[in-house]
Amino acid sequence: MIYFDNAATSFPKPPCTLEAMVAFQKEVGGSPGRSGHRVSITAGQCIYEAREAISRLFNVPDPLRIVFTKNATESLNMALLGILKPGEHVITSGLEHNSVMRPLRFLENRGVRLTIIPTSPAGKLEPLAVKEAICPKTRMVVMTHASNVLGVKMPVGEVGEVLRPYPHVLFLVDAAQTAGSLPIDVRDMNIDLLAFTGHKSLFGPQGTGGLYIREGLEDEIDPLMRGGTGSRSEWEEQPAFMPDKFESGTPNTVGIAGLRAGVEFVLEESVDKIRKREEGLLEKFLVGLEELGDGVRLYGPRKKEDRIPVVSFNLPHLLPSAVAQMLDERWGIMCRPGLHCAPAAHLTAGTFPQGTVRFSFGYFNTDEEVEIALRALKEIINGRS
Amino acid sequence: MGDLEKSYNVVLFLSVSHAIRAEKLLKACGIDCKLIPVPRHLSSDCGLCLRFPAGRANEVEKALRGILKDYTICEL
Repeated sequence: MIYFDNAATSFPKPPCTLEAMVAFQKEVGGSPGRSGHRVSITAGQCIYEAREAISRLFNVPDPLRIVFTKNATESLNMALLGILKPGEHVITSGLEHNSVMRPLRFLENRGVRLTIIPTSPAGKLEPLAVKEAICPKTRMVVMTHASNVLGVKMPVGEVGEVLRPYPHVLFLVDAAQTAGSLPIDVRDMNIDLLAFTGHKSLFGPQGTGGLYIREGLEDEIDPLMRGGTGSRSEWEEQPAFMPDKFESGTPNTVGIAGLRAGVEFVLEESVDKIRKREEGLLEKFLVGLEELGDGVRLYGPRKKEDRIPVVSFNLPHLLPSAVAQMLDERWGIMCRPGLHCAPAAHLTAGTFPQGTVRFSFGYFNTDEEVEIALRALKEIINGRS
Repeated sequence: MGDLEKSYNVVLFLSVSHAIRAEKLLKACGIDCKLIPVPRHLSSDCGLCLRFPAGRANEVEKALRGILKDYTICEL
């Protein structure tokens, strides 16, 4: 099997992820923060060390600024629904995933004003267009760090700079496709809220994710849920402090144990080494795709420097779903056809509603797998003509 | 001398995550400490507090000040 669907979830995971989960469930298994006995304490320490590892990766000064969630979607909902109020204005890009667009459309129906900054068909966004859209009611700019459809890197650092003179405008970044495979420095990039998933380039299991919340901002966010936190049990009001305010109910400790091991793997290998490896696979595929001839349509930027290893394309006269099915059945290649939960990005690229075939490479893919896939695509095209 | 005969103080925190962070900070300063359930006579909270040898309260205060907020040092 050749797995080219790492933008949906990374596979395989490094062995340390699974080992940490098995070790936690076999040898610890306690509920963190709920009791004073040693396995409860060890569970709490495991979660704290996961916060520390993530803080190191994103240059977060205080590990208690990291809130754990079940995925990036929950983190984005927490930030969007928890902050934006009727009458306020929010700015986003034309490339967003439905994890951003659906909460924003919901809020729009409740009186939040939405501005969508268009990009070029290849996904280029002009940071100054964000500045021009700011008005006195603007409360937030939310944008993805890289498109899950076009693979284009978004100018997060530049937008962060543009927003520096506007401290009342919060900057929320969706790092679902980039956390672990592109450098992220929340201080340097002026990010107030960073939503990330655990199960893609951080190599944790599904069901893990988180939200970084800048110091002091917790007072401005209503939690999505309220409930038991293990702290201040005598109060029937939700605690107001980090991270408990946003972490009600027993967490996914076994998952977070795996996530911690995955993040430590990333730190040990280094983001730079992971990025270079993935860039090598990307370049090989882009060159090979171009050699397949004019009939192959590539979407997004042409240069690898402008991309993450997510490539959307279409073959001449073939539906994306048909191509994906042939790749799976005849070559054992797993990829994703369709709209990728991001209709806005497909409207930008002009591929709505039929969508594209999407290959997304990961750290554990090989050059040989890319070569097999290119040969398979050539055979599909030749069989068709 | 066993634990029961020694004299200890404790630090109470807002939450277990804070207590775990404080344990790391104190251990990094060479202060012997242990996470224990919050004694009922100090608080009705069901979480953890950090026990340390009495007499090192100044060092504990120095290690935590400015990093963690809303903690309380108590005698046991």
